[in-house]
Amino acid sequence: MSATPWALEVEDLSITFRTDRGTLRAVEGVSFRVAPGRTLAIVGESGCGKSVTSLAVMGLLAPNARVGGTVRLAGQPLDDAGRRAARGRDMAMIFQEPMTSLNPAFTAGDQVAEAIRAHEGVSLRAATERAIALFERVRIPEAARRARQYPHQLSGGMRQRVMIAMALACRPKLLIADEPTTALDVTVQAQILALLDELKRETGTAVVLITHDLGVVRDHAEEVLVMYAGRMAEQAPAARLFDRPEHPYTIGLLGAAPRLDEKRGRLASIPGTVPDLYRPPPGCRFAPRCPFSIAACDAGQPEFRPLEEAHRAACIRAPLEAALAA
Amino acid sequence: MAAFLLRRLGQVIPTLLILSVLVFALQQLMPGDPALILAGEERGDPEVLAQIRSELLLDRPLVEQYLHWLWRVLHGDFGFSWRIRLPVAELILSKLPVTFQLASMSFVIGVALGVPLGVLSAVWKDRPADWLINGVALFGISMPNFWLGIMMILLFSVQLGWLPPSGYVPLWEDPVQSLATTIMPAFVLGTGVASILMRHTRAAMLSALAQDYVRTARAKGLAERRVVFRHALRNALIPVVTLGTVEFGKLLAGAVLTEQIFTIPGFGKLVVDAVFNRDYPVVQGVVLATALIFVTLSLIADLLYMAINPRMRQT
Ligand SMILES: Nc1ncnc2c1ncn2[C@@H]1O[C@H](COP(=O)(O)OP(=O)(O)OP(=O)(O)O)[C@@H](O)[C@H]1O
Ligand SMILES: [Mg+2]
Repeated sequence: MSATPWALEVEDLSITFRTDRGTLRAVEGVSFRVAPGRTLAIVGESGCGKSVTSLAVMGLLAPNARVGGTVRLAGQPLDDAGRRAARGRDMAMIFQEPMTSLNPAFTAGDQVAEAIRAHEGVSLRAATERAIALFERVRIPEAARRARQYPHQLSGGMRQRVMIAMALACRPKLLIADEPTTALDVTVQAQILALLDELKRETGTAVVLITHDLGVVRDHAEEVLVMYAGRMAEQAPAARLFDRPEHPYTIGLLGAAPRLDEKRGRLASIPGTVPDLYRPPPGCRFAPRCPFSIAACDAGQPEFRPLEEAHRAACIRAPLEAALAA
Repeated sequence: MAAFLLRRLGQVIPTLLILSVLVFALQQLMPGDPALILAGEERGDPEVLAQIRSELLLDRPLVEQYLHWLWRVLHGDFGFSWRIRLPVAELILSKLPVTFQLASMSFVIGVALGVPLGVLSAVWKDRPADWLINGVALFGISMPNFWLGIMMILLFSVQLGWLPPSGYVPLWEDPVQSLATTIMPAFVLGTGVASILMRHTRAAMLSALAQDYVRTARAKGLAERRVVFRHALRNALIPVVTLGTVEFGKLLAGAVLTEQIFTIPGFGKLVVDAVFNRDYPVVQGVVLATALIFVTLSLIADLLYMAINPRMRQT
């Protein structure tokens, strides 16, 4: 169908917000690609720009945002109108907060049926029937009854399943999941992630999975993008990244995650604080917190450069082993 | 549902009782002796005065007067107007349709203007249209009703001669003339309500539009119109409906000045005349009837709230 093998291509994305305090540079120079049926995980500390990146792809940022760069969906560049047309049909998103992401005034079934009817000229009855089928697909027990219930009558895990059903309503090429399980308890988390994997395999949807949880990255993603203070720090296939992290920030994250062979590793704190995005430092943004930084790190932005096939990092000292040996 | 209604009744009855005591007590503080007023020409005759006092139980202890009055009220007997010699209940019932018509028309004007303008100014937040709507609303709130009323009479009745300046024709006698006599006061009252509703709708819409579910609605690919009017407005209306019922209650009870200016023979005029004439039974009856209307309306507000807010409809 399309000439490109990529479901999503993001090139040189930049996002700024105009606020009372001035211009906040939330994201700069971010590029990544995702293939159909694959999962790219985006990880990084709170505030590093994971959510605004995905909202920029969807065209859902607040009005005070300015977005630069290009986004292509299955090879098609998306402008504002293109994003609006593609939303809910070719690309869908599920959010961190299942408790508040559904409208309390309408039944779960109505809200999924509405997503179907927004893009396909089917009757309300047919859409409702399809919504119920989708509920069964995402393993909501007693689908027909649940479809008639309001969000407050559903548990957090159920609501997130409803969100997934809604996202899948029109078989999107791209599914963005912004910390879809953070608000859920551990067993439900595992079920939801397994469900996403299964749907991805069946439908060939490309998935962007935003998470804080390195254990989740390891088990559910093929590719990883590590972000720091609005910029890309490191990008690599998941196995490679866990095996041989090159950026000191990634190393810090992995080191801070207690025992990575254990199932759950959360991003723990690295000493120091994130730079002020209103006045970012001229050099590497991580340098002030970096145990390996040298004078040259403060001189200019480190280039995001390939270290090896499919493994890239924005660090002038990488590969570190060589740098430390020298 | 039944439990809810019972609980509400449990709150309502003490409220009404306390209110009746207050009304009764306040009347005693009013200057002027009703017996003197009722005696009219014969006010110099002590025998006539004594007779009036004993007829009206004015010579009995206050507690007895109150209990006597309350007992009859509980049997639907609000007593006789001392002045007009008509049963109070009949007076109230005859004025009620007038005030109800005026209040309903005002309310329709208030909702029709206030809610859409509130939605638009929220959608156009911080843009010129928003400033304009807010400016007009501020004007609407701060402008005294009597002033607006007089200005309208001067313009539409005196200058242009389009509308009658005062008077009232019942709806069932001559609908057109009835609307002509009530449209100006309804507009005066309605714009005040519109200003209040507009500001509350705006605030509720702004908060609804910032909710996660609005982002979800946009993520589904819905048209912005549908996002605003279905997803946001539906939730924003929940607090506005409650406020709207209160405003309607205020219209029923508080149109005193406007009714005076346009000489509409409604509730407001009834109570003002009664106060000036020290027609205690009428004042008591009107205040209690008003309280009853308020209580009923707040009950309706709660039921509406339950109807539009699924979270309250626990099964
Ligand atoms: N509408 C906005 N106006 C101004 N600043 C904003 C706006 N939206 C987001 N930001 C800022 O952009 C930066 C990136 O935010 P973002 O929500 O993408 O972080 P995140 O990586 O998703 O963090 P978390 O892990 O906490 O979800 C933050 O500094 C945030 O304060
Ligand atoms: Mg986020």
